[in-house]
Amino acid sequence: MLSDAEWQAIALSLKIAGSAVAGIAIPGIAVAWLLARREFRGKALLDGLIHLPLVLPPVVVGYLLLLSLGRSGWLGQWLLKTFGISLPFTWQGAAVAGGVMAFPLLVRAVRLSLEAVDPKLEAAASTLGANRIRVLFTITLPLAIPGLLTGTVLAFARALSEFGATITFASNIPGETRTLPLALYTLIQTPGKEDAAARLCVISIVIAMVSLIASEWLARRARQRLQERDL
Amino acid sequence: MTDSHGSNTGAAKIDSKNNGDAAIPNALSCDVRKRQGDFSLDVSLDVPASGVTALFGPSGSGKTTLLRLIAGLDRPDSGRVTLGDRVLADTRSGTHRPVHRRGLGVVFQEARLFPHYRVRGNLTYGMPRQSDSRFDDLVALLGIEPLLERMPGMLSGGEARRVAIGRALLTRPRLLLMDEPLTGLDGERKRELLRYLVRLTREIDIPVVYVSHDPAEITAIADHLAVMERGRLAAYGELDTLMLQLDLTRRLGGFEAATRLAVTVLSHDPHYALTDVGLDDGQRLRVPLLDLPPSHRTWLRIGVRDVALATRMPRDTSYRNGLIAQIEAMAASNHEPSAMELRLRVGDQRLRARLTRQACDEMQLEVGQTVLALIRSVSFDDAV
Repeated sequence: MLSDAEWQAIALSLKIAGSAVAGIAIPGIAVAWLLARREFRGKALLDGLIHLPLVLPPVVVGYLLLLSLGRSGWLGQWLLKTFGISLPFTWQGAAVAGGVMAFPLLVRAVRLSLEAVDPKLEAAASTLGANRIRVLFTITLPLAIPGLLTGTVLAFARALSEFGATITFASNIPGETRTLPLALYTLIQTPGKEDAAARLCVISIVIAMVSLIASEWLARRARQRLQERDL
Repeated sequence: MTDSHGSNTGAAKIDSKNNGDAAIPNALSCDVRKRQGDFSLDVSLDVPASGVTALFGPSGSGKTTLLRLIAGLDRPDSGRVTLGDRVLADTRSGTHRPVHRRGLGVVFQEARLFPHYRVRGNLTYGMPRQSDSRFDDLVALLGIEPLLERMPGMLSGGEARRVAIGRALLTRPRLLLMDEPLTGLDGERKRELLRYLVRLTREIDIPVVYVSHDPAEITAIADHLAVMERGRLAAYGELDTLMLQLDLTRRLGGFEAATRLAVTVLSHDPHYALTDVGLDDGQRLRVPLLDLPPSHRTWLRIGVRDVALATRMPRDTSYRNGLIAQIEAMAASNHEPSAMELRLRVGDQRLRARLTRQACDEMQLEVGQTVLALIRSVSFDDAV
């Protein structure tokens, strides 16, 4: 049904988007918690920095990544020297680009759901002898699960559809960084490939729909569990 | 503890003396100051190591603020809070023991149950291991056994409060803080929960600080009373003593309306739905049916306007109760020009009555005189 090239693009896209989300999940939740529950100096600045990828042209983000994480960039040089890792033009680099672009969406969704958790419940938990870590893992996070799921799916979808930052930072290498959007772009640029482009377009829509429905289902289940009535 | 606490029957005594902690008296001592906008709190209060101490005052008098400072939910601007030999907060040395390490049980105005845990999970959330026997006792005492597998969303307001109280007590606290735990319940639920609370506070052997602005509630439950006014402590002492101080009448707003008598349940008359109770000096009263077993100790709240005086038992009267009493003090009411405030002595207990000055004059009542205190059976508050 699908060609090898199509399968390759799908698998690569899922791998890259999945890695991106896995990489940003914990820092994203941590930052969201900081923004939702703590007052500190430079909070507005942090908030702004995190949201930058949302408002900057993706190409600019990709270029900034290239400047900092490229072989001659300050962070890239350090990574290469210390770990022998080079990110540009690799699928890991594409994952980094996707993760950076998806980060603000994840933080926003998680922050909103954390803010919706009643601090009175957290205070009650602490009077019952729970320290901050226990309160976080037994009260705050479980009650924020619907938002965590929504945020994760949003971030996944954003990483999956990433184009500008990816092509700038990781380029368009078949089997390495040619994800669905990049493959689609390549096909559109090639005369006589309109049918193949349309197929990829449909595939993209199907993946997006499936992930949206899955997240909706998971979130509803989580909400039901929270408000579960008598058995 | 006042003598009226006495012995009790009914549910098994709940043991919280497990690990030698009980050797340390859990007397609470606070001397704190805190400013919040226009409001300033400045209170120095020592709470005895047993019994229920009520914090009473109108809203905005600082009751909850003080409670939060004790619990550690807020920090005092200056001052010190100690529980037994444990320093909870001391601004001079910069000590602030975090909430989760204070060993206090807190019951908030709202139940604050965790919506994603079943009732059982809520109860065991702060429970140390190996407290199984205590768990069963407390669940039975609070009557929440049938609720254990439910989710909190399924509970009524009164049930949720009982679970919250059980949850706080199962942490084996050294002090229980309750912030208006009956707020928002309707009449019947309120009376029901108050009954549970009164039983509970007589079973547990830790001190309780009970915040309320309802004199009826406090009369039913408290041993000691701290009256707060605009962030200051206006009066403090044993509840029975304070209630009898005629000069405190206005300050105690609401408490002037009643006194209470400690009684023992003797027998029930199901036909007329009445209960006979006995006072310590052997006198008896008939009151509306009490849901308590014989020989159970309880308090009766008697409104000052529900007491009439006679020099001998009148015939053909609907009054069913006449207590032999001696007039101990009389004073003109300072806010009702027509009224006299009287303090009567019934055995070892005191009873207050409010009569018109005219009645006092015409009956030629005077201090030292022995009279009959007539009390209508139906006037008893069935709060507990």
